[in-house]
Amino acid sequence: MREKTLDMTDIAISMRGISKTFGSVVANDDIHFEVRRGEIHALLGENGSGKSTLMNILSGIYRPDQGVIDVYGKEKVFLSPKDSIACGIGMVHQHFKLAEALTAAENISGGSKGFLTRRKKESDAIRIFSEKYGMEIRPEQLTNQLSVSEKQTVEILKVLYRGAEILVLDEPTAVLTPQEIRRLFRVLRKMRDDGCSIVFISHKLNEVMDLCDRVTVLRKGKSIATYDVDAIDAYELVEKMVGRKVDLSIDRPDPPVDRKECLAVDRLTVRDENGYKKLNEVSFSLANGEILGVAGLAGSGQKELCEAIAGILPCETGMISFEGTQISGKSPREIIRRGVSMSFIPEDRLGMGLCASMDITENILLKDYAFTPGPFLQTAKAKEKAERIVRELEISTPGIDHPVRKLSGGNIQKVILGREINLSPKLIITAYAVRGLDIHSSYTIYNLLNEQKRKNVAILYIGEDLDVLLELCDRIMVLCAGEVTGIVDARTVTKEEVGQMMSGTRYEDLKGGVEYVSNS
Amino acid sequence: MFRIAKRDDLPTVYAYLIRAGSILAGLLLACILMLILGYNPIETLGALVAGSFGSPSAIRNTITIAIPLAITALGLAIAFRMKFWNIGGEGQIIMGCVFATFVSHNLPPETPGFLMILLMGLAGFAGGAFWALIPGLFRIYSRTNETLFTLMMNYIALGIVQYLHYVLWRDPMANGFPKIRAIPEQAHLPVIFGVHTGWIAVIIFAVLVFLLIRKTKLGYEIRVVGESAPTANYAGMNVKKVLLTGVILSGGLVGLAGMLKLSGAVYTLSPSITGNAGFTAIIVAWLSGLSAPVMVLVSILIAALEQGSQVIQIKLQVPSSVASVIQGLILMSALGGEFFLRYRVVKDSKDAKKGGV
Repeated sequence: MREKTLDMTDIAISMRGISKTFGSVVANDDIHFEVRRGEIHALLGENGSGKSTLMNILSGIYRPDQGVIDVYGKEKVFLSPKDSIACGIGMVHQHFKLAEALTAAENISGGSKGFLTRRKKESDAIRIFSEKYGMEIRPEQLTNQLSVSEKQTVEILKVLYRGAEILVLDEPTAVLTPQEIRRLFRVLRKMRDDGCSIVFISHKLNEVMDLCDRVTVLRKGKSIATYDVDAIDAYELVEKMVGRKVDLSIDRPDPPVDRKECLAVDRLTVRDENGYKKLNEVSFSLANGEILGVAGLAGSGQKELCEAIAGILPCETGMISFEGTQISGKSPREIIRRGVSMSFIPEDRLGMGLCASMDITENILLKDYAFTPGPFLQTAKAKEKAERIVRELEISTPGIDHPVRKLSGGNIQKVILGREINLSPKLIITAYAVRGLDIHSSYTIYNLLNEQKRKNVAILYIGEDLDVLLELCDRIMVLCAGEVTGIVDARTVTKEEVGQMMSGTRYEDLKGGVEYVSNS
Repeated sequence: MFRIAKRDDLPTVYAYLIRAGSILAGLLLACILMLILGYNPIETLGALVAGSFGSPSAIRNTITIAIPLAITALGLAIAFRMKFWNIGGEGQIIMGCVFATFVSHNLPPETPGFLMILLMGLAGFAGGAFWALIPGLFRIYSRTNETLFTLMMNYIALGIVQYLHYVLWRDPMANGFPKIRAIPEQAHLPVIFGVHTGWIAVIIFAVLVFLLIRKTKLGYEIRVVGESAPTANYAGMNVKKVLLTGVILSGGLVGLAGMLKLSGAVYTLSPSITGNAGFTAIIVAWLSGLSAPVMVLVSILIAALEQGSQVIQIKLQVPSSVASVIQGLILMSALGGEFFLRYRVVKDSKDAKKGGV
């Protein structure tokens, strides 16, 4: 902590008494939030605690019903995002808002002022600008050819280039490897030392403890307290966030002794619908009562792996067998009938797996509606099932006839997982099951999966958070650009090793010898 | 300063108030126009209402116009549920009529009426379905844009019916007047309560479409495919099959609407047989939020507007162009009102100016 005397202009943002209601929902209730100049301030809170609403107010998207916002000691009213940007506030969203067909430089500058573009000059200016913060960037590159981490750099630069001194980062680490996260943190610290203020929204407590100076905790729309990070530990923070004590360790039940092979994938090669090879000779096996984690950067072939097993994407070569019978080439419905359950949660969460504007009951029906006799939908049973899932998974919703689009992210994921578990599957493939979820909901999901594991269900867990993968899974398979770079024992491998495999180093090169962990 | 904000949830009462308000606004605009042109707006609107609902015969005329409109809208809505933008209603109506006419002309003259009507109905369905299936297949197997494709199919159908009208099916008994032979007498739909029995078909199909969409597996699949094709795929649905079935049902119903008009009201196939129902039904379907029962009501209202404006042309010598503009203003306002169902205009408070930029 750097000691400094504070005068008014050292407070970058002061939001006082902010309240905002949407219909009957109180999203923000008398929130106080203050960010100093030159600090990294974490905003912590569960889903629905009001973080997004508060940040949307700060970036001028919503107007508060009550409350005052001061920027550098001067009261401001934001009528639109433009006003907020003019005050030097920049928002880096979780899902990038970039024009994919333009170059990085064009995205950053937002087009030049004059009639003609001066590409070279602009690129140089941007390169010099980015070096100031120690960021690496290829300004001439088309945005759709950039990696996720590079796209994020473009997003941050875009905001800085427009003159932002106060940055809001919404879960920036969700899509990065450990190495990339460290690089991002270096950049953020540099920016802080240059006098920028950073609001850092994250669910990962270790990141908050590592990076931030202060932390403000929100719970149920209220600001609970602000702490110096040095003066509080992670357990206390969680308690403040959730409102009660939470055990942070993830359970890992031992797999059963008499394991049978449930899923065997043999030299699987898959192309996506555009003909690009997305999986190359992938082989692995998965036993009953085992959780096999899949680690890898976004877009390393996880989606295609799920879809190939579920029968949605055709296999080019290779075999997938489930309980001894070959299922590659079978229709998705046939594979569902055999007890393979796949829940893939895409980035937009509602793209595949759910129908956004349909209600919970109709979404519960999605997987097994076809297996009842007759041409009519059997809604009565589905309603009962929906009621039960809502009750058992503690989904907070006004009712089962509520459209899922209006549920919060955590509840949406619970609907998917509830539906899948309800089919009593023998194999669960789950991708990004906790994406964007808060601690409490994430642990509910881990417990659900472990419960299934104890019931001898085989689980393929495609994850993002390495800490979780290491704690939850029995083994971890690492994918890099569609190839398996290693299948390792999750109890012994280190995060660094997995990180290196994610960026392409093979496990045998890492250790200097073949050291695959066998399945039996 | 005013700005536009998204609405969250709107109580149903407000939604209907907004709809009513927008129609009122349309009427008001129409009044201003009439004043400028020197017509008495109260008299004109009065005549419009009286002409559409004022007497039993007016009501009969209105319902006769509403019948093909409602069934066409019901058909189009099935495609719209799948986000298959079928704007080929005109062509599908025409082809339904062409098929039905062909059947009626080629059955032995002693065929009993009910059998002839049944076969004509099937032919009408087949004609519309066939015309919708062509763009449907291209959409599914070569990813063509169905909006443009269905639109273009309208002009092809129109060309075909013109050719039939002037050349191929031209009635030699019509003293040189270009005209297709009328359908035989026993193919006319029976009349109940003064209106041809197409109105019973409207009720039946409104119920059937409602049940199809809400209660059957196929309807569920249609909605899921419209919501998200990847999700449908993931759930094991055969997306192509669902799309094809939906397109056939959609085009088929539209074709049937044409057959009902032919067999119930006009009796003769001509290039002007659609009376624009294929396009007007798009408005009906959207104004009703694709809900089957609402579509029936909205069809009657829009039919009333059409019937009423015909009456003011005759009674008050309002030119047909002005009558069309009045119709257009009211429809435009009604559609514009949908915007306010989703967005609202917020007035920014005065103190905003100080803070702002």
